[in-house]
Amino acid sequence: MRVESEAQLAEAVRDAGGALAVRGGGTRPVGRCLGEPLEVGISGITLYEPGALTLVVGAGTPLAEVEAAIAAEGQRLPFEPANWGPVLGVRGQSTVGGVVAANVSGPRRVQAGACRDSLIGTRFVDGRGQIVKNGGRVMKNVTGYDLVKLMAGSWGTLGVMSEVAFKLLPAAPSQATVVIDLPAGAAQVALAAALGSPFDVSGAGWLPGTGAVVRVEGLAESVAYRAEQLRRLMEPFGPVRVEEEGSAAIWQSLRDLEPFIGKDGDLWRLSVKPSEASDLVARLGGEVLLDWGGGLIWALLPEGSDVRALASPYTGHATCMRGAAGVTFEPEPAPIATLTTALRAQFDPKGILNPGRMS
Amino acid sequence: MEMPKPKEDLLARKPQIIARLREVLPADAVIDDPSETRAYECDALSAYRCQPLGVVLPRSTAEVAAALKACHELGVPVVPRGAGTSLAGGSMPQADSVVLGLARMNAVLETDYTNRFIRVEAGRTNLSVTGAVESDGWFYAPDPSSQLACAISGNIAMNSGGAHCLKYGVTTNNLLGVTLVTMEGEVVEIGGPYLDAGGLDLLGLICGSEGQLGVVTEATLKILPKPEGARPVLIGFNSNEVAGACVADIIKAGILPVAIEFMDRPCIRATEAFCHAGYPDCEALLIVECEGSEAEIDEQIGMIRQIATRHEPVEFREAQSADEAARIWLGRKSAFGAMGQINDYMCLDGTIPVSELPFVLRRIGELSKDFGLDVANVFHAGDGNMHPLILYNANEPGQQEQCEKLGAEILKLCVEAGGCLTGEHGVGIEKRDLMDVQFEPADLEAQMRVKDVFDPKWLLNPAKVFPLGASASRRAS
Ligand SMILES: Cc1cc2nc3c(=O)[nH]c(=O)nc-3n(C[C@H](O)[C@H](O)[C@H](O)COP(=O)(O)OP(=O)(O)OC[C@H]3O[C@@H](n4cnc5c(N)ncnc54)[C@H](O)[C@@H]3O)c2cc1C
Ligand SMILES: Cc1cc2nc3c(=O)[nH]c(=O)nc-3n(C[C@H](O)[C@H](O)[C@H](O)COP(=O)(O)OP(=O)(O)OC[C@H]3O[C@@H](n4cnc5c(N)ncnc54)[C@H](O)[C@@H]3O)c2cc1C
Repeated sequence: MRVESEAQLAEAVRDAGGALAVRGGGTRPVGRCLGEPLEVGISGITLYEPGALTLVVGAGTPLAEVEAAIAAEGQRLPFEPANWGPVLGVRGQSTVGGVVAANVSGPRRVQAGACRDSLIGTRFVDGRGQIVKNGGRVMKNVTGYDLVKLMAGSWGTLGVMSEVAFKLLPAAPSQATVVIDLPAGAAQVALAAALGSPFDVSGAGWLPGTGAVVRVEGLAESVAYRAEQLRRLMEPFGPVRVEEEGSAAIWQSLRDLEPFIGKDGDLWRLSVKPSEASDLVARLGGEVLLDWGGGLIWALLPEGSDVRALASPYTGHATCMRGAAGVTFEPEPAPIATLTTALRAQFDPKGILNPGRMS
Repeated sequence: MEMPKPKEDLLARKPQIIARLREVLPADAVIDDPSETRAYECDALSAYRCQPLGVVLPRSTAEVAAALKACHELGVPVVPRGAGTSLAGGSMPQADSVVLGLARMNAVLETDYTNRFIRVEAGRTNLSVTGAVESDGWFYAPDPSSQLACAISGNIAMNSGGAHCLKYGVTTNNLLGVTLVTMEGEVVEIGGPYLDAGGLDLLGLICGSEGQLGVVTEATLKILPKPEGARPVLIGFNSNEVAGACVADIIKAGILPVAIEFMDRPCIRATEAFCHAGYPDCEALLIVECEGSEAEIDEQIGMIRQIATRHEPVEFREAQSADEAARIWLGRKSAFGAMGQINDYMCLDGTIPVSELPFVLRRIGELSKDFGLDVANVFHAGDGNMHPLILYNANEPGQQEQCEKLGAEILKLCVEAGGCLTGEHGVGIEKRDLMDVQFEPADLEAQMRVKDVFDPKWLLNPAKVFPLGASASRRAS
């Protein structure tokens, strides 16, 4: 079933006889997908004010359409959403609703925050078929509880979004990347030094075949200055060079996990305390890619690897993005599980929205 | 402003309630002598006051849990309190409630520069968080003007912001984890020193929930390396519209200053008389601050100068020294004090889309005439967070009511213009009864269902945030 208006969406949820599998572009087959497909086709930009850095858009709008519209005004989504289609082996148009529901954030997360940090408003239909709005289209808003954050990353299990509002950023006219030749296990220390400098780093990761990479973005002269400062700061860690022309390609490769495309194995994503990265890289084995200064580890491991056991103990959580793992998302500690179960029961008392998707 | 009637049986049981709290807490952690509890009868919205049954001042998460468990068993409402600087009445007690103050819990538990966080007890003041890491070249970004006094716990509950949040975001964007004690006395760890919360974003929900979902006892906060330098410019204009257009053009040009502040003529006049900052005599002025190295700041300010010139400013003043920078900020920073010298005032806090600035300012001017009360405007223009100050005379009968009516009209205007009732101060008791201007019943119902989950008996800060009518049945049960 495909809905093209909020009213249709509300009716569809109200009339549902059983589970609904909520989908935007259907490009993100992570976790369980049970029930009748409910495709959110509510599309189009409702409001765009470049001078206020704000955008309101139908949740079913293709991400590519949004990115093109704001790029035309020299702006961008701060959180740099990734395109994992190729690495997951799926085709299709991902939608902004799907991006928000999965809280998809790319390398710029270390500087500009996650998708949820850019999300300033949403309208959704809860599991009772009620239309609810929260937040708005202004950057600062503390009127009532912040359900906007709760919807981001809820994977369509609390409500189906019809509309989302973002705060945008000006696109940087220039960028440069400092590349340090060192192994993954040694990267985190160098990246922490870069992120602890005053040079406003907007990306810090490690890419197989390239090494540790540190990005700066902004006005041209400022980028040149900061890249030079960082080059000097990184010299003690290994051979260093500065990429200007090739900078964008490096970050696209890291963001979209290009080194893993077409390779077999299970794909895991670990969000951890950055200083644990070196040790985890050694313990996990397999191929890795680091982002967020080591705080985000992508690992490609032999099929059936029990990553949570290999990594234990660690501070953070692990998600199986592709593979046969029984439990996709990190199991929750009991007190948290009590709260989230009760929240789901309030928002979706019949248990029809993507049941079991976040387990 | 109306508060629900205190429950007679709780008032009657005060001695047992205090005795029970003394059983589970150290003797000096429980206060019930009215001469001592008086200090807790209001927050910075001092027009409204109420003596609580008692005050609890715990020293640890375990003591907070013990106090909450006891209050839960006895059915006693609890009002969490940080430093009591809320301007929305968020920490004002009810007569049948216990105030739970975090002020004694102010330790730094951990600083970690490798992972860029600091973990503190929640009663620690905002400025002293930066104070703990400053000498090593770091800072905590959210900077409410009350930062010398306000506590991290209050910042989290109100999702506070400050002048620099255009670039660095508000509290929710700088919060990594909390230790939360639920009304039942259960201790829950949410988030931690990693960037991404797993599962549902409970942290995002707690932040800004105005002390209604649980009591925060510890917080893990993101810290940032200090920029190399910062420099402000002051730009004067002869019309609000043009100043507003200049703000939009600066943002559209791709420059992201750390702060863009706006003052209108009444505000400029008042601050000049008060602190002689040397501001130009004009309709509106902007203070724009840029950060980075000297060369970077030059580059940004160069662009801002070009943009501003197109709008024919009456003055463009770039700070050439630390002293000049301080003078540019002096008037802005003294604005509230200056207004206080002239008159009593009520400080509003609404937000609007920046594009609506000229319309909203004009309309505020008209409303001000209709009500016969002067309004001065000073605000964070980059993100549309307005603080209209309504001047009135508290000693003149009827003026406060008139002032509140005008305030409500201005906030409704913000909502009509596409904005919201509060950008940083919160709803508390102050705007509770305006919530249905911004929200439909279903929107409020969805929020109240969240409270049902965390606090089924509605004992935590109960008569706030939601219109009394809307929450009545829940509070009664
Ligand atoms: C240019 C670009 C292209 C991309 N292409 C791809 C791609 O081809 N493949 C890929 O895997 N990723 C792609 N991505 C990454 C993409 O950001 C995420 O995978 C995104 O979550 C997928 O969106 P979707 O609409 O396909 O989501 P879906 O796969 O449809 O859904 C993902 C999750 O979100 C929920 N959901 C979807 N819509 C809503 C809604 N309106 N309300 C509530 N919940 C909802 C679903 O129930 C599900 O739990 C791309 C990113 C970029 C920047
Ligand atoms: C002069 C002045 C300037 C100000 N400037 C700004 C500004 O620029 N930006 C801004 O955002 N605000 C500003 N404020 C408002 C106020 O300072 C903030 O709302 C601040 O965050 C309140 O902190 P507090 O510790 O004083 O909280 P309190 O007033 O004690 O409490 C505020 C709310 O938090 C709840 N709370 C407190 N502690 C806890 C806890 N441990 N767990 C759960 N809930 C808790 C209370 O119940 C209450 O609802 C200003 C206030 C003044 C007086």
